[in-house]
Amino acid sequence: MITSFLIKSLDRTIVIAVATLLALAILVPALNLLTAPDHPLHVPTYLVSLFGKYLTYALLALALDLVWGFCGILSLGHAAFFALGGYAMGMYLMRQIGARGSYGNPLLPDFMVFLNWKELPWFWYGFDMFWFAALMVVLVPGLIAFVFGWFAFRSRVNGVYLSIITQAMTYALLLAFFRNDMGFGGNNGLTDFKDILGFNIQADGTRAALFAASALALAVFLVITSGIVRSKFGKVLVALRDAESRTRFLGYRVEHMKLFAFTVSAMMAGIAGALYVPQVGIINPGEFEPGNSIEVVIWTAVGGRGTLIGPIIGAILVNGGKSIFTAAFPEFWLFALGGLFVLVTLFLPKGVVGTAQQHVSRRRAYREARGDKDAGLPAAEPMAAE
Amino acid sequence: MYRILQTVLVALFLFTAVPSGLRAEEALRDLVNALGEAKLSDMDEHIAALAKTGDPKVVAILEALGEGNLYARKADGQVFLTKESGSSLSLTDPVSGEAAGEAPKAALSKVKVNNGVRRAVRTALGSLTLLSPDRNARLKAAQSVLQSPNAEALGAIENALAGEKDGEVRTLLEQARATTLLISERPVEEKREAVRTLKERGGRGALSILSSALGSADETLKPDIEAALASIEQDQALWAAAQNVWYGLSLGSVLLLAAIGLAITFGVMGIINMAHGEMVMLGAYTTFLVQEVLRSSFPGLFDWSLAIALPLAFLVTGAVGLAMERGVIRFLYGRPLETLLATWGISLILQQSVRTIFGPTNREVGNPSWMSGAFELGGLTITWNRLWIILFALAVFAALMFLLRKTPMGLQMRAVTQNRRMASSMGIRTPWVDALTFALGSGIAGMAGVALSQIDNVSPNLGQGYIIDSFMVVVFGGVGNLWGTLVGAFSLGILNKFLEPYAGAVLGKILVLVLIILFIQKRPRGLFALKGRAVEA
Amino acid sequence: MTIRARVTGAFLAAVLSTTAFNGAFAAEDTIKVGILHSLSGTMAISETTLKDAMLMLIDEQNKKGGLLGKKLEAVVVDPASDWPLFAEKARELISVDKVSAVFGCWTSVSRKSVLPVFEELNSILFYPVQYEGEESQRNVFYTGAAPNQQAIPAVDYLMENEEVERWVLAGTDYVYPRTTNKILEAYLISKGVKPEDIMINYTPFGHSDWQTIVSDIKKFGSAGKKTAVVSTINGDANVPFYKELGNQGIKAEDIPVVAFSVGEEELAGLDTGPLVGHLAAWNYFQSVDNPANAEFIKTWKAYTKSDKRVTNDPMEAHYIGFNMWLKAVEKAGTTDTDAVLDAMIGISVPNLSGGYSTMMPNHHITKPVLIGEIQSDGQFETVWETPGLVVGDEWSDYLPDSKDLISDWRAPMSCGNFNVATGKCGGKGS
Repeated sequence: MITSFLIKSLDRTIVIAVATLLALAILVPALNLLTAPDHPLHVPTYLVSLFGKYLTYALLALALDLVWGFCGILSLGHAAFFALGGYAMGMYLMRQIGARGSYGNPLLPDFMVFLNWKELPWFWYGFDMFWFAALMVVLVPGLIAFVFGWFAFRSRVNGVYLSIITQAMTYALLLAFFRNDMGFGGNNGLTDFKDILGFNIQADGTRAALFAASALALAVFLVITSGIVRSKFGKVLVALRDAESRTRFLGYRVEHMKLFAFTVSAMMAGIAGALYVPQVGIINPGEFEPGNSIEVVIWTAVGGRGTLIGPIIGAILVNGGKSIFTAAFPEFWLFALGGLFVLVTLFLPKGVVGTAQQHVSRRRAYREARGDKDAGLPAAEPMAAE
Repeated sequence: MYRILQTVLVALFLFTAVPSGLRAEEALRDLVNALGEAKLSDMDEHIAALAKTGDPKVVAILEALGEGNLYARKADGQVFLTKESGSSLSLTDPVSGEAAGEAPKAALSKVKVNNGVRRAVRTALGSLTLLSPDRNARLKAAQSVLQSPNAEALGAIENALAGEKDGEVRTLLEQARATTLLISERPVEEKREAVRTLKERGGRGALSILSSALGSADETLKPDIEAALASIEQDQALWAAAQNVWYGLSLGSVLLLAAIGLAITFGVMGIINMAHGEMVMLGAYTTFLVQEVLRSSFPGLFDWSLAIALPLAFLVTGAVGLAMERGVIRFLYGRPLETLLATWGISLILQQSVRTIFGPTNREVGNPSWMSGAFELGGLTITWNRLWIILFALAVFAALMFLLRKTPMGLQMRAVTQNRRMASSMGIRTPWVDALTFALGSGIAGMAGVALSQIDNVSPNLGQGYIIDSFMVVVFGGVGNLWGTLVGAFSLGILNKFLEPYAGAVLGKILVLVLIILFIQKRPRGLFALKGRAVEA
Repeated sequence: MTIRARVTGAFLAAVLSTTAFNGAFAAEDTIKVGILHSLSGTMAISETTLKDAMLMLIDEQNKKGGLLGKKLEAVVVDPASDWPLFAEKARELISVDKVSAVFGCWTSVSRKSVLPVFEELNSILFYPVQYEGEESQRNVFYTGAAPNQQAIPAVDYLMENEEVERWVLAGTDYVYPRTTNKILEAYLISKGVKPEDIMINYTPFGHSDWQTIVSDIKKFGSAGKKTAVVSTINGDANVPFYKELGNQGIKAEDIPVVAFSVGEEELAGLDTGPLVGHLAAWNYFQSVDNPANAEFIKTWKAYTKSDKRVTNDPMEAHYIGFNMWLKAVEKAGTTDTDAVLDAMIGISVPNLSGGYSTMMPNHHITKPVLIGEIQSDGQFETVWETPGLVVGDEWSDYLPDSKDLISDWRAPMSCGNFNVATGKCGGKGS
């Protein structure tokens, strides 16, 4: 069954994408570690962690595409799941510092020491073990998404209402994590990490390994999501995206299916966050900012919603653009970014990949129509559903 | 012999009388000039000495001192009253009251003032102007003796009270007398009477006076003071609840103003308008520009600045909205989620444009005099700006309702949003109506910006602070229903303000958000849901 | 080749070519200085000015002939008030642009975010803003005030000159107010203030509805004892806070508010008429009357081509930090990080309040503390000044876990958290 799932999940684009990712996972670290800094093919560590970060954003965008592109749930709170996963990882990294903090307290992180906390809050227990933290990385976002989705989908909250309450959720979490009394370091968040699984987090080797891990995770989840959307379940998801009531009347438990997709997507976002934190070295409540969630939607839209590959490309394109513009035109980059969003929605409504696919399939259809009059029409584009 | 004595005496009298005026003047001048050299810590004594002369000229001198308009000439230590005139100061002799020319700022040094000095000035002025023929001056004096009681002024207060006819001033003076009595050396019986007066007065001020008197009070007086305190506190607790409702209404009116434009662009038209906050910001910047022009060219019209800014803000943001609709949004009808992306992009561009043009820092928008200060209503403190904002929000709401319900324009708008094709078949130019509706929503956001500039920062980030709250209000109230927005805004405002004292500002806000999320589960289409099949579409 | 691969390829090429492009610049013989201040997002409001100030200082220095016979070149990036982006941009400045030193950051979180980067890549950061202390890092020089250079003198002033007995500590809920208030609370209690005479209140960032809190302050202030508010409210929230204070009629003569984050720049957005007499504690005011400051203000107004631009304390901190760096580089004869780090300690340069500031071994500087009252023209008037210079104390003596720690970056100690009780480096030294 698993093999059939896998085989179904792989079409040509996905295979190529996965192969590229795997190649990157090997090549980039190798070029970074094995070549001399002045070698023409050397990849500087700066770019390794930069692209590592993009890959985790890509995974987040992929997670959003699963619910938005295939299930019609526009979540304006996906960055919250990403941040929750990041916090779980951050707490592990904090505990790893141990007695090497400024105050040399073996148990308490620095921010608790100088705010006169006397003991570790209960929810910090267990995070000194990697397996526990790793479990929490998927469990916490998954659980929150499950509870949130269970209530929301059962009451048939959908469309704009759902979008706005996901935004309310991330906003509430933002305010909560800002509170210093919560015990998550308030506005400063968690920083000053030393090592992960015993390896120095600043070492080139660790960075390369984290990059490889991000690329691998992205490849794995690309296969999994592709498997999901190409399975029978995935077809029903698309059906409920395009006509929810009709699907319900056909006897499908729409809310269960939505809940499943939403929870899986939140877990993916959590994993992306967990990979993100060790690479950027900080997690703080700013990640819950509603604007961040909107940005994820924009990456997905720029790349092409409902195409799986599109969001990955969108995330890398937009963030790459941001990196270049903020250095090249520090005063004007927001014009460029804002302009990009407007132009993409106006002229590439299906995103970069969607438009390209449309172009390719039209050409193919045209060719086939000329060569074989009986070939019939190309598969209809999915209806835009909101 | 007698005669000689008489002449001598007369001569002596004449000799001393004429210069005695001069000598008093000299003495006053010395006292004033001493201010220029005094240390901040000794200023109290100097001010008291000045006040003791009882000279009417002292009032002007002390007022100038309090306002920081007293300068000493560096060359000879002479102290002058000054007035700004261009880059230099025009001087007035404090004793003779004659103009003494102009001097550049560099040649003068300011007589330093701090809070302690201002307090001393206030006390001194209070007892000096208690007998002033001007009623307003007496009122102010009574207020200041009430605010800074001074046992030595008790005689002056009683003296003033005896001759006072004006009711309002009298009440104040009586309270001031009671307050001052408590800190004086008068017998216990009189003090007991004073406690009673203060108990009747009530309020925070009385609470403060009584509790500070409690510590040093006579044993026999203590029970009286305690009883008075308890009764005032009970009153205060009742008023506190009313005050919370008022704060809630006020917060609600701010939410309503921020959300009402969105209720049109998002609620009625279905555009997820992320640039809504920036419309509010543009409105606030329009106010800033209007005030800049008025300040430099027509300072007399400053109190009218908001009235001038309102229509201008409406036009400016309406025009920007129109351009947005014609340039971008009209291509996106039927794809509401894509409007989110495009308007988000536009909001980034607008923010950065404002930042480039006006700079990233806050801009000063002043409050016209009729929007400054507060008045007391029973135990409530009501600030004028909040009151005006509530009234303004309600007025905007009423005007909008009228426009939508009673005018042909409103009819067309409703027709187009309810059934575009049908409306179009009936001969309505739907694209034109769309554009106008969007411009209307944007224009209203701009007017909200004028009001919000009175209570918040005017910076490029102004809009961002309101966008999420606005969406919450519209969704909570029910998309497409203006009444929902009204009720939603006020109920969220009041809820927030009742939670804040118990949970704190942060937790209170989180609780409100959680409640909204739970509420939407219960009523997935908000407080006032549109009914019927059209909803599903 | 799929579209995806093609796009990625093109993009990689783009990134690499900008790298090469930047590299080409490095070939010219200039000394690069990184400027890491947000030009967009929420912090742009405060940080943009500092970017301009740095550009001006660099410009002026180039007019004087640059440094070590080379011109200085500013590299400006925009970290967009996004904290992880601060770390990314710091890395870019150091490893791609090869800057010799970076001047930047405003919020504590942005500093915390870039710290590991400076440590790893061994570069120098000058941090110009008053902060909560509890930190001393080898690669960072703190030119802003530590709590003992701002908060404690301000409280002393209120206690002595205004005879304040009851205290409201109001702040935005983040680490600077939290730590400062912890320190102040311990300090006040050590001075005999009763715990019930201290009210502590925290609000979220950008809080705009101050009605309830201001009326609580009024209530707290009506207990018959002289009351003052110590405000660590952050930037944006101050304008509505002061507007509400003014409207509810809280006068400075009755309940003075002393603020640590309100400077000339913040007042420029306010009608200060009703606020006359409220206080602020800083190490510099624009109104300070001396020739160096007059010159600085003149240059600033000419540089920004605006008569209305004000100067403020963090700008002065950059002025001091930049001059110290110039002097240290000249002393070391190189911009090499380790040499400059060694040369920095003990460097003394004129500050703008009429004296000299010296870099201490704990990487903090000596400063005078000024208390100013707000004037109706949006400026401050100094009403009190510490008699001498105050040394920045990185580890507060009023927090139980930090009172035994000291920092000394001179050899042989070279330690940022030396515990005098155990005699070991590294906190408890366990």
